[in-house]
Amino acid sequence: MSEVKLFRTWSSPYALRIVWALELKGIDYETIFEDLSNKSQLLLQYNPVHKKVPVLVHNGKVISESLVIIEYIEDTWKDTPLLPEDPYERATARFWAKFNDDKLLPSIWQVFVTQGKEQEEAIPVATENLSFIEEDLKGKKFFGGQTIGLVDITIGWMANLISVFIEITGINLIDADKFPLLFGWMQNFSDVPVIKESWPPHDKLVIKFRAIRESYLSADVPK
Amino acid sequence: MNEKDELILLNSWASPFGARVRIAMAEKGINQYELREEDLFSMSPLLLKMNPVHRKVPVLIHNGKPICESMNIVQYIDEVAVFNGKPALLPPDPYSRSKARFWADFIDQKVYGTMRKITRNRGEEQVRAKEELIETLKVLERELGEKPYFGGEFGFVDIALVPFYSRFYAVETLGNFRIEAECPKLVAWARRCLLKETVSNSLPDPLKVYEWVLYVNDKFGIKQN
Repeated sequence: MSEVKLFRTWSSPYALRIVWALELKGIDYETIFEDLSNKSQLLLQYNPVHKKVPVLVHNGKVISESLVIIEYIEDTWKDTPLLPEDPYERATARFWAKFNDDKLLPSIWQVFVTQGKEQEEAIPVATENLSFIEEDLKGKKFFGGQTIGLVDITIGWMANLISVFIEITGINLIDADKFPLLFGWMQNFSDVPVIKESWPPHDKLVIKFRAIRESYLSADVPK
Repeated sequence: MNEKDELILLNSWASPFGARVRIAMAEKGINQYELREEDLFSMSPLLLKMNPVHRKVPVLIHNGKPICESMNIVQYIDEVAVFNGKPALLPPDPYSRSKARFWADFIDQKVYGTMRKITRNRGEEQVRAKEELIETLKVLERELGEKPYFGGEFGFVDIALVPFYSRFYAVETLGNFRIEAECPKLVAWARRCLLKETVSNSLPDPLKVYEWVLYVNDKFGIKQN
């Protein structure tokens, strides 16, 4: 019997990708929700280096950092592979997953937490990053091909949060004319049953992220 | 992978990231490849074509197809070059692999940026960066423990970290401190790695790296004092 626990918050894009990986592979797991303003002793014990979620505990073994966790899940449970078999395609998938975390997500976040001139300057950076991944969707339904894979679940937060960001800021970064493939992908991704079933509630997300944006705009919060 | 494969490594001699790939190639017994030096102030059309997203080295071009991001390249090499007698760079079991990936990611997040803050700044910012670097290296030292190499045997995490040893001299000189005084075990580990030819042949001369750092600082208008 395998015991899998996932420490996470209900809204984090980094946590959601782990939920999707576990659900897609049909792995039984227990969720422990963390309040980041009051981290549990267990979390601090499990992740002393970064003190962050998500953290996966499998039969007592602790794994942290979301992309590392997904690779562990992929190495351990062979059903429904998230990475292609071919080494070059694997390297490409890993590249785009890292690109999301290093560049794409932060650049979209930067548009979300700013206003005025700062926001104006942030938009072209995000747009350029979006155009890079739009390229990778050419000829494919999902980033993983016919079925969703590592890159889809890593970038999947966008399908969920972009509509929340639009509602709060009025800015739509993924215009259907400018990014037709991404726009189509967001819809296809959202329609996958496992994904549909695990969306955090939209209204709750709007409240939470509106509050986050307010706190960035009203204070000099280091980004 | 065989002799008919075309391998080109776009690199820059001072890059610790490029050195990672060179060490990995040597460890896997891959010696037939073209090493092309890039001028980072004047990038070749090939580099811009092969890595349009980041416009950085290293880039490995395997039969015309690019692989980017240093630890990604290392992992790729590990997966395609399966030769008899040559070691795997990542261990076989999932949990050990996850630890190796975690520490490589930690090194990526914490080492280079901090070193650059030390070499490019003075005053308060430099002091903070020095503290941050020492704290990071101490965490790594604790993880190393009594093992000769991070994974027990020389591998993924060692490859991720050891190229930064070539920068210690530059960082210490510009920061006016000694890393060995704070992290003797880590420096001992680095020297142990350097006894391996695959490492010593792949790392640049620390003195030359120091001159390079001064040159780059000068180009960016950063004053030395």
